[in-house]
Amino acid sequence: MAARPERRAALSRTVEADKRVERTLGACAAGVLALIAVMLVTVLVNAWPSFSANGLSWFGSGGDPVTQFAAMQTDTPLPGHSIDYFRAWPLLWGLLLTTIFAVVIALVISTLAAIFITEFAPTPVRRVLDPVVRLLAGVPSVIYGLVGILAIAPWVNEHLISNARRQSVAYVVQLSGADLTTATLILTVMILPIMIALIANALASVPLSWREGSAALGVNRWRTIQRVSLRGARPAIAAAVVLATARALGEAIMLAMVSGGRPFNANPLDGLTFFFEPVETPATAILKEFGGETGTPVAHAAYALAAVLLFSAALLSFAGWAVRQSMRSYGAV
Amino acid sequence: MASTQLLDAPPPGTIARPKRETTAAWPLVDRLCHAVCWITGIGLCLVAAWIVLYMLVKGISALNLKLFVESPAPSLRERQSGGFLDPLIGTFIITAIGVGIAAPVGVGIATWLTEYARPRWLARTVESGIETLAGVPSIVLALFGLLIFARGFFSFLSASTNGGSVSGKSFLAAGLLMAVLALPLIVGTVREALLQLPSRTREASFALGKTRATTIRHVLLPSIRPGIAGGVVLGMGRIIGDTAIIVVMLGAAPKLQGAGGPPLLSTLRGTGSTLTSYVYGFSPAGEGNSPHKAYAAAFVLLMIVLALNALVTRLSRGLSLGSVDWTAKQ
Repeated sequence: MAARPERRAALSRTVEADKRVERTLGACAAGVLALIAVMLVTVLVNAWPSFSANGLSWFGSGGDPVTQFAAMQTDTPLPGHSIDYFRAWPLLWGLLLTTIFAVVIALVISTLAAIFITEFAPTPVRRVLDPVVRLLAGVPSVIYGLVGILAIAPWVNEHLISNARRQSVAYVVQLSGADLTTATLILTVMILPIMIALIANALASVPLSWREGSAALGVNRWRTIQRVSLRGARPAIAAAVVLATARALGEAIMLAMVSGGRPFNANPLDGLTFFFEPVETPATAILKEFGGETGTPVAHAAYALAAVLLFSAALLSFAGWAVRQSMRSYGAV
Repeated sequence: MASTQLLDAPPPGTIARPKRETTAAWPLVDRLCHAVCWITGIGLCLVAAWIVLYMLVKGISALNLKLFVESPAPSLRERQSGGFLDPLIGTFIITAIGVGIAAPVGVGIATWLTEYARPRWLARTVESGIETLAGVPSIVLALFGLLIFARGFFSFLSASTNGGSVSGKSFLAAGLLMAVLALPLIVGTVREALLQLPSRTREASFALGKTRATTIRHVLLPSIRPGIAGGVVLGMGRIIGDTAIIVVMLGAAPKLQGAGGPPLLSTLRGTGSTLTSYVYGFSPAGEGNSPHKAYAAAFVLLMIVLALNALVTRLSRGLSLGSVDWTAKQ
């Protein structure tokens, strides 16, 4: 009898401990939100001087970002402009080109590869492909960059760029093999694994009965994949595109190594030469131009570029969320 | 298959084999698509094989044991620029700090999300927050870190000049950022593992009068140990492979530079390099242009990544991919 109150006290103590654990873990989780908020605020605050000095034309074209960065670094404003003068269009154009090309090519290849893995590959081949996809996902971007600049760029330079082509644009830009083609190619390989994994998973989780129903109607295997599996996996394919785009946006190191390192406005009107012109993306520009001193005009421009990247990443993750909502209404996954 | 063979009782001397599915009856377009699928799959293997073999050949020919025990030296001549002992140590330090922070926090957040998740709106927001964090480019993370860790409040993390300005660049600061980078991966994997546990595991523990905290500590976490290990190894791979944060947060010098003070703390608060930033620095894109050193370091890096990959494969038994059995009897 006398033990009763003691036991009750012990019980309330364990319940207290339980609540304390919940509160601690919850605080950790909320810390993530605080971190994101602080990140958004600090980056935007540091980016603001560059945005406010240039207005909306910050996103427009006008001059070469390299000279603009150089002017900021040497503290000599370009004639007729303020020290914060910056036009990001060549960088944004480079970002659009590399990202769109890589994602579109990777979408086609990854869909085919995912179909192969889930449907056609014999078990031994599948057993090889699984680790291969994981390997491609795990290779650090700096190794991709190294292979790109020491193996692929020289090859492109030697075999794909003719001397006539080189001379035809020699007065504006030097073609070296480190260009849009090389950058897109390697970026494609880098974003492939994540897309393959997602699409293969979705294809495999399309209900078996749907596929068997189609097969029972006498539809052959390829048509079944095309009409039933791929349609069922559409939300996952969209999610894969979103994730791959996010990955391609932020790639800095690999592109800094292979994309030619000049914010050149690659011009589609140049015909085939277009594919051999160098490009530069915002992430690469940050890496190259920003030395680490905060509070300077260079830093403001770099943080403005970072803010654009951060905003795009947030937008993409929202898009991914919206896609998954639609997936829920499909009833799949 | 064996049982049907017994039932059908094939005549002696012949072996009943299941019919292979043929594409002969398909329309030409479908057969072409089928062929393209095969080409893509095989091509993927070839690309991976080429990358590994290329690094293997170039790496091994550039590698010698001296590289592992020598510190990098500032020299334009490739012969005198030393080895990559310091970057190896740097990689080790960064990974240890990053995983050391990200693993407990990540497991904590994942358990909160699956086991408590109260209030509901907070859990939903945290979930999408983690996703947003996974999408933040590492260069943006690095820029953010540069601002945050240069504040006086964080002066204990890095070296500061006599004037009182904090540099914000140190192994500790970079390691913290790496933890942020690895966090979404760890949370995702652990969460997946927790969700796959059958609810009767929890119910049995609750029925014995255990609290949630005790259940998590003594029942749930021990039973998802492979999942936790898988997440941690994935996070390690991500940390080891990241370059942008290192290049921004530790600078370009490949040698370890202590910040002064007690020996270990001095290194941690100082700057240096990791294998990734070493490869970047010694590639034609960086300052010390000596491709052989870059190849050798990249080879070591790739071997570490391959080992981690094999570990992940062993930990998770791989994707189980279901498909229709098209060879079944019609």
